[in-house]
Amino acid sequence: MIVNKTLIRELAKQGKRINMRSLTEYRKPITIETNISWTAEGSAKVQIGQTVVLAGVKLAIEKPYNDTPSEGGIMVNAELVPLSSSEYEPGPPGPKAVELARVTDRGIREAKAVDMKKLCIKSGEKAWFVTIDLITINDDGNLFDAVGLAALAALKAARFPVVDQKTGAIDYKQKTEEPLPLLKEPLPVTIYKVNNELLVDPTWEEENAYEARLTVSADKDGTISALQKGGEGPLTISEVAKMVDLALEKAEFLRVELDKAFE
Amino acid sequence: MGSLLVQEKDIIIPGEILAEGMDYLPGENTYRENDKIHARVLGLVTLSGRVVKVTPLSGPYVPMIGDKIIAKVVDITMSGWRLNTNTAYLALLNVKDATTRFVRKQEDLSQIIAIGEYVIVMIINVTSQRLIDASMREPGLQKIVGGRIIEINSQKVPRIIGKKGSMISLIKTHTGCEITVGQNGLIWIKGTPEGEHKAELAIKIIEERSHLSGLTEAMEKYLGETHDL
Amino acid sequence: MTYKKRLDGRAFNELRSMEAKVGVVPNACGSASFRMGKTWAIAAVYGPKEMIPRFLADPTTGVLRCHYNMMPFSGSGERIRPGSNRRSQEIALVMTKALEPVVDLSEFPNSVVDVYVELPQTDAGTRCAAISAASMALADAGIPMKDMVSSVAVGQVDGMVVADLNYNEEAYEEGAVSDIPVAMTHNTKAITLLQMDGEISKEDLLKALELAREVTEQIYELQKKALKEKFPK
Repeated sequence: MIVNKTLIRELAKQGKRINMRSLTEYRKPITIETNISWTAEGSAKVQIGQTVVLAGVKLAIEKPYNDTPSEGGIMVNAELVPLSSSEYEPGPPGPKAVELARVTDRGIREAKAVDMKKLCIKSGEKAWFVTIDLITINDDGNLFDAVGLAALAALKAARFPVVDQKTGAIDYKQKTEEPLPLLKEPLPVTIYKVNNELLVDPTWEEENAYEARLTVSADKDGTISALQKGGEGPLTISEVAKMVDLALEKAEFLRVELDKAFE
Repeated sequence: MGSLLVQEKDIIIPGEILAEGMDYLPGENTYRENDKIHARVLGLVTLSGRVVKVTPLSGPYVPMIGDKIIAKVVDITMSGWRLNTNTAYLALLNVKDATTRFVRKQEDLSQIIAIGEYVIVMIINVTSQRLIDASMREPGLQKIVGGRIIEINSQKVPRIIGKKGSMISLIKTHTGCEITVGQNGLIWIKGTPEGEHKAELAIKIIEERSHLSGLTEAMEKYLGETHDL
Repeated sequence: MTYKKRLDGRAFNELRSMEAKVGVVPNACGSASFRMGKTWAIAAVYGPKEMIPRFLADPTTGVLRCHYNMMPFSGSGERIRPGSNRRSQEIALVMTKALEPVVDLSEFPNSVVDVYVELPQTDAGTRCAAISAASMALADAGIPMKDMVSSVAVGQVDGMVVADLNYNEEAYEEGAVSDIPVAMTHNTKAITLLQMDGEISKEDLLKALELAREVTEQIYELQKKALKEKFPK
């Protein structure tokens, strides 16, 4: 895979990109499909340009944590699998995968997107625990936004499995009509700074030419639930303000795309 | 006796039978088992008299002496540079093959070519273990500065160049770009950003449609029609 | 013998509905998606490239290396803990052995060709779908191959010899079950994968293998079509 770093940075200064998109344009097509995996309680496939990721939600009944006896839980896991890029090797998640998972996790958790209390079945004894697994199929950049969309789509599409009332056993092969108790719909948008210009949705090539990035996770009303700065370069306060504005604007655009999957 | 089971330009998958009987001869990328000739790779059937061969539509580049390739510097040694050729094999570019000027013993080679930079070189030797020796001393060979480098499948290179360079000349004329095509599938394009982008798109189209005939005419039309971005 | 009609109504020699597509992972040298009923395998090929670790390199030929992974949400019950396990390691090994006889890497000494297979959802027959997908992905990558490999699980369910067992048949409790994953080349029908678990008589085993010989043709036709479809006229 080739990176034309100098060219990308030079073009950014002129407000241009290597593939002639505008700095604030997402690639086309953006496709979001739900229920792509029958074995998951909820799932989604998101494609932005050539980046393709899958998200799968699995539900299990477990004993609540000691400090939150009347609440269920949520966990996000991400895997950058070698199938998706020559840059990845088999093995446990490395720093990039862990960051992806934790940033997506915080966006959902801190927004209190899922009503943890409604996940409780019996205080101190049983509660639902939600695990979201994010798997890359083709990495061509902007995984943060792709997995954020996929995670939210999978959560929205998820349905509780049937539970045998007598034995308490879960019949994973049968789903109820009941969706997860979703209170909010947080969506992350990542803004990249390339040669002091701000852009969205970089390809893999463009991602190797940035100096700083900021992921902003926010709900429909613009309340920010998570922030993550990455990259070697610093950001000024005014840059952060501009990036947040751009992120919130782009989140609205992505939500329109997401809604299409649920029509 | 013998019969040909396919036609010129048919797309064939590995193992498919191309001909039966001893009348036909197995050419490149085919093999004979008993009295049948089979394809050994996904590709296009090419007939040349009694020889049946398959032109691959994808596949790894096999380094050959005399090939001009574009490679990336991944390491600097005492005597030169080690290059990633986009294959399973590294190439060595010795200092004496890189430049005609005299290079002092203690000179910092990274000042001449640094790690991460790309070079256009010629393959001057390939060992049985596929170790490659490269040289940058002929005209047209140089360190790459500016422009962009794109990657296509090496099997499509002949199509991108075209008969006697006709296809590549067409692209150069219509985009105003300098274009150097490496046999290993890496291509250097240098011009205006719009011209480079147009050239990149054109090359990708050729790559996708390389199995079709009438491509030169189609590309002439396409390049003539696209507006500057 | 109580199993007269298959649980999902199929004929004994009927395969589940299948879907094959090539070139689904643009980053890879070659890739393919193969669906067999609800089992879905995605394969991607990277290579020939430098073999790492070096001590595994073979100076006479390139090495084929397969990897198999079920996504955490792909099991029919609880979530599967991510990561390698003994089952996935064994499947990776038999997958490699199923493809090695047809792949020719003699022109690429000291290199490795990695084939990664990920499964987003499963309903039995996963290693078979993985092998069929991998075979297409290798051809898509332009790797020299003598032939294609097609794979299906045959077996017997309570006395009935069947092709392409689904999960419910594998788990059938009212009688003896035998699950036999088989992979065959197309031209000579050479068997490159053969495993069995369960119970079966020798006669039924041979019947099952004959059945495999017959139905792998259908899989081959689909693989061939998918590869040729990549090059529209």
